[in-house]
Amino acid sequence: MKRVVITGAGTINALGVNVEETLEAMREGRCGIGELEFRDVERLAIRIGGQVKGYEPDEHFNRQQLSLYDRFTQFTLLAAREAIGQAGLEFSGELAARAGVVLGNSGGGMTTLDDNYRTVYEAGKNRVHPFVVPKLMNNAAASHVSMEFNLKGPSFTVSTACASSNHAMAQAYQIVHCGASPVMVTGGSESMLCFGGVKAWEGLRVMSKDACRPFSANRNGMVQGEGAGVFVFEELEHAKKRGAIILAEVAGFAMSSDAQDIVMPSKQGAARAIQGVLADAKINAEEVGYINAHGTGTAANDKTESAAVADVFGAHADRLLMSSTKSMHGHLIGATGAVELLACIMAVRDGVVAPTIGYEEPDPECALDVVPNVAREADVDVALSNAFAFGGLNAVLALRRFA
Amino acid sequence: MAGKVVDMDVKTRVTQIIAEQAVLEPSDVTLDSTLEDLGIDSLGLVESIFAIEEAFDISIPFNANEPEASEFDITNVSTIIAGSEKLIAEQS
Repeated sequence: MKRVVITGAGTINALGVNVEETLEAMREGRCGIGELEFRDVERLAIRIGGQVKGYEPDEHFNRQQLSLYDRFTQFTLLAAREAIGQAGLEFSGELAARAGVVLGNSGGGMTTLDDNYRTVYEAGKNRVHPFVVPKLMNNAAASHVSMEFNLKGPSFTVSTACASSNHAMAQAYQIVHCGASPVMVTGGSESMLCFGGVKAWEGLRVMSKDACRPFSANRNGMVQGEGAGVFVFEELEHAKKRGAIILAEVAGFAMSSDAQDIVMPSKQGAARAIQGVLADAKINAEEVGYINAHGTGTAANDKTESAAVADVFGAHADRLLMSSTKSMHGHLIGATGAVELLACIMAVRDGVVAPTIGYEEPDPECALDVVPNVAREADVDVALSNAFAFGGLNAVLALRRFA
Repeated sequence: MAGKVVDMDVKTRVTQIIAEQAVLEPSDVTLDSTLEDLGIDSLGLVESIFAIEEAFDISIPFNANEPEASEFDITNVSTIIAGSEKLIAEQS
């Protein structure tokens, strides 16, 4: 089996328009959550989110491209350009034929859907733009990445709500790990910060009106974000041969299904996924120095996740650090695991653990070291990234420091 | 959207729409230019038809699966203009 390393990373999210800005914000514990700005926001009860502000699509794409690129596709392409640029790869010949792209998202072109529902329902028009379908389909982003970078190998989109990116990256890892391709582009994106998108979430009554405070006793719900995270997963020898800079090693992954409830999380399901990744990556529990928590800031998730980690790690649970960066960038739903993997890279590569900001009151049901409010220096050999989706579908990835 | 443009000359407006799709100046689009000459692909064609429908508030019978079967003749710019004028007259 091949070893898999990360040789490129890219992002755009509420904390920054690239990896450098995002990691700086995470180190400084900056909050990217603010007032939402879009049409009809005044009709929403929830008016905050981790929105990408000051973004001008026509600075990056021409008119023809924009007629085909929903916001989630635009974010994906920007993140992919950064990641592939950093990796320094050009895809041609045999490499192009084998390399592919596996991305996660949950809502697809939600803003396109929203705009065009307005056109036909609200404005009563009987005609929509011809590209509505190719713009909103969930695989549009993966397809456009494949076209822009000439990726002709295994390519598809994974949609498992809040675990989409982690499931996608697990697939990409597996494709490289088993030798099917030396390079895979992977990660995810999401953009559902539009009236219909937020209104739908509002209906569930799980959203906070003021802040995302994971693990804090006074937490009152999740806050949505948007953006993308894209990585280049590369076979170790392939990367070494061309002198690529290695950001971290992907040590393994595990997936599980709660098979229990469509929205309530399960401690057993989460624990099985965490236990599974330790087995898959042959990691001793004591090696895990950091967990990027799913940490949504809901009452149910945070206590269930804390209990699952305590069960799996026993006494070591009190020594490891676990934070939720959703407190800063919001919950990016199908993109969240991808953006959160950046915090794991920072932990193993730079020895800096991103904080859980907005933390105000300890909760005895979340009694782990959640790195409250201020980032911390720590020697982290292995970092895990948890994602536990609605529908009970869980995926956990492990990164190891590459020395 | 612009809504119904009754005053603008159909020829001028259709030429503008096609030029915009081709990323050309309207002066570079001649009556005998074919869409192929102008580098407009199948997606560009359906987008042009959409734009013409929007500009004149008409409905153009066109199925991309069988463009020849359509009464709307897309042979070149002049046939598109003629077809548009006919539909505007019929549907106004």
